[in-house]
Amino acid sequence: MDIVKILIDAGRAAIGVPAAAYALSSIGLNLQFGYTGLLNFGHVAFMLVGAYGMAITVDLGGSIWLGVPVGILAAVILGLILGFPTLRLRADYLAIVTIAAGEILRLAVRSSWAAPLTKGIFGIQRFADEFFDLNPIPVGLYGIGRFRFDERTVWVLLLGWSLVALATVFLWKLTRSPWGRAMRAIREDEDAALSLGKNVFGYKLQSLMIGGAIGALAGMFLAIDQQNVNPDAYIPLLTFYAFTIVILGGPGTLFGPIVGSVIFWFLFEFLDGVMTALIVEMDIGFLDALDATDVGPIRFALFGAGLMWLMIYRPQGLFGSKEEMLIDAR
Amino acid sequence: MASQRVRTVLAITLLLVVASPLAALAEGETLRGELEKIDGDERTPVAGVTIEAELDGSPVGSAESNADGEWEIPIPGAGTYLVRLVVDTLPEGVALTDPTKFELPNVNVREGQNKTVRFNLGPGLVSGVGTWTRVSSLFVVGLKFGAIIALASIGLSLIFGVTGLVNFAHGDLVTLGAVIAFWFNAAGGGPAWHILIAAVPAVLLVAAFGGAQEHWLWRPLRNRGTGLVPMIVVSIGLSFVIRYLILVVFSGLPRPYRDYAIQNDIQILGITTVPKNLAIIGFTAVVLLAVGLFLIHTRLGTAMRAVADNSDLAESSGIDVQRVIRVTWIVGAGLAGLGGVMFGISEQVQWDMGFKLLLLIFAAVVLGGLGTAFGAMLGGFIVGVAVEMSTLWIAVEFKTAVALGILIAMLLIRPQGLLGVKERIG
Repeated sequence: MDIVKILIDAGRAAIGVPAAAYALSSIGLNLQFGYTGLLNFGHVAFMLVGAYGMAITVDLGGSIWLGVPVGILAAVILGLILGFPTLRLRADYLAIVTIAAGEILRLAVRSSWAAPLTKGIFGIQRFADEFFDLNPIPVGLYGIGRFRFDERTVWVLLLGWSLVALATVFLWKLTRSPWGRAMRAIREDEDAALSLGKNVFGYKLQSLMIGGAIGALAGMFLAIDQQNVNPDAYIPLLTFYAFTIVILGGPGTLFGPIVGSVIFWFLFEFLDGVMTALIVEMDIGFLDALDATDVGPIRFALFGAGLMWLMIYRPQGLFGSKEEMLIDAR
Repeated sequence: MASQRVRTVLAITLLLVVASPLAALAEGETLRGELEKIDGDERTPVAGVTIEAELDGSPVGSAESNADGEWEIPIPGAGTYLVRLVVDTLPEGVALTDPTKFELPNVNVREGQNKTVRFNLGPGLVSGVGTWTRVSSLFVVGLKFGAIIALASIGLSLIFGVTGLVNFAHGDLVTLGAVIAFWFNAAGGGPAWHILIAAVPAVLLVAAFGGAQEHWLWRPLRNRGTGLVPMIVVSIGLSFVIRYLILVVFSGLPRPYRDYAIQNDIQILGITTVPKNLAIIGFTAVVLLAVGLFLIHTRLGTAMRAVADNSDLAESSGIDVQRVIRVTWIVGAGLAGLGGVMFGISEQVQWDMGFKLLLLIFAAVVLGGLGTAFGAMLGGFIVGVAVEMSTLWIAVEFKTAVALGILIAMLLIRPQGLLGVKERIG
């Protein structure tokens, strides 16, 4: 087992594209879950409509710069459709409707009915050339030793972490505004906020739509990096990556999603490396029944156990204080 | 163990995790064929027949034969596909020469290949497929599907009723039941019992698992005063643990039980269907009736409904609420496990079958009224029939979307559900 290599790979993941993408995605979810207390179990649906909104726009001959607002608009509309029937009801109804919507949107873009637009199971490729043509970074490898990225990755990472920074500043402004205070009031005690004349339903709907739009941006960013959108990438698991990240970093904290994402992807890659080494390379008796293809599922099962553990023992995140953690109001 | 499905999951994960340019797609693989009715020397093309292709249990596409009887389905790549002719769409007077060969499970496609798939059609023995036959057989399939949903829904609804928890891991109890029965029925090292006998330990073990969950997880959490939102997140974490452990043990390959896997259509009262559908409907009806009688006429059942209605009031009138909750978990999980066995008999056993069913279970429970057992039964049947019958008008791929439509419409019109009591649920 080459522990140095595993650590380096994990370190690359911790500041790499997935970490940036999920930091952004989790900032959106953090607004919904951490600041407002909304159980959006279909965050992946927002990522999907964002990515497909952009990819389809380019595929139909539009510019990628037109595709971005199209994707955001699609996410806002989705938030409206999902939030309107559910946000007047108890928290679990939103969870039920959003998790169903995520799965059904995936099936819809995959279907032969939608294939003229979405290209069905094949997905859409090479829609971000415009973005990569702008890359000013000279060809080469940047970094130290084995910890290096090529010019394409550096360009993508620059975009990703800039978006994360922008979204964080936006959220900082937003949550310090009267709007943000109303939002937290709703999370802590909805009835109190209501009795002060706040339009609770309206605030929740806005939070769902804004958080969804940030999720859509994350979806677009991932799609740009891969130059590919494919329905089978948008599995429900992605939503819960974001949930785990939000809880790891501390729900309702400004830098929580960033910290959470870095830790999450480090652990995720690290576990993967260690498990692959244990199962494939080493000869350990009771692990003989497993092979390399089992690494993925076992990692997902561990991930589920980790989510449970966090929610039970550290719902305020790894660094947060329990007193400030009040999302279990209802 | 190295199965296609696992690889698919891995591939998806890799795609997302590794920031590498996409591997070149090998483009151009298709499944194709020509449908001809052969009657002696006479050959006539058959138009308007739907052909579906699946890879590892998930649909990859469908096509309709054109005026020349030709059809073609583009597929994502090389692999072993299942190709199915949708018998309901055959025109009047045309039938498969061998009615069991409507599904070809092992169609191997090599890289870049345009694979020709053949279905042998002849003159219909049964007087073709008219509207009535299609409607009635879809109705029966819908009832069967509804029965399975109803079995799985009662537990979710009752557990919600007595504890307030929407259990997102409930679908995985369905899978667990199906998979345990598979081990007793058809697994390599298992005892190879008949599926009806194998169902017994499956149901008991899932029921025990439900009780254990309540004892070691949910009750301690309630005692700590954990809120609703964290509990729901815990349940979804648990669902990942169960589902992916099942994937490791069972592998991603969908497999049928040894019994009742393939059956020929029969005709009863003018309805064409496979016998197992009728058996599932009949058996489930008996089980649901028994559950209903239990809830209405026994002390425990009454206590259950009392706790679901108002837990504090029930406790103050001397009902042992903790015991009632434990029994609810055991009964609810057992019923979900039974639903899983029925689902496995009806189709195949697959690692994520329960999770796919979960969306329909939610629709059924919300439609009937969260917290009510009878509402869950009613909702299950309505959702099952609506989802199957919808394929008369819309593409098969969208039938799950019908359930979501029902769910959203219900929340807008009557959020307490058909049998729920109106109260402030906002």
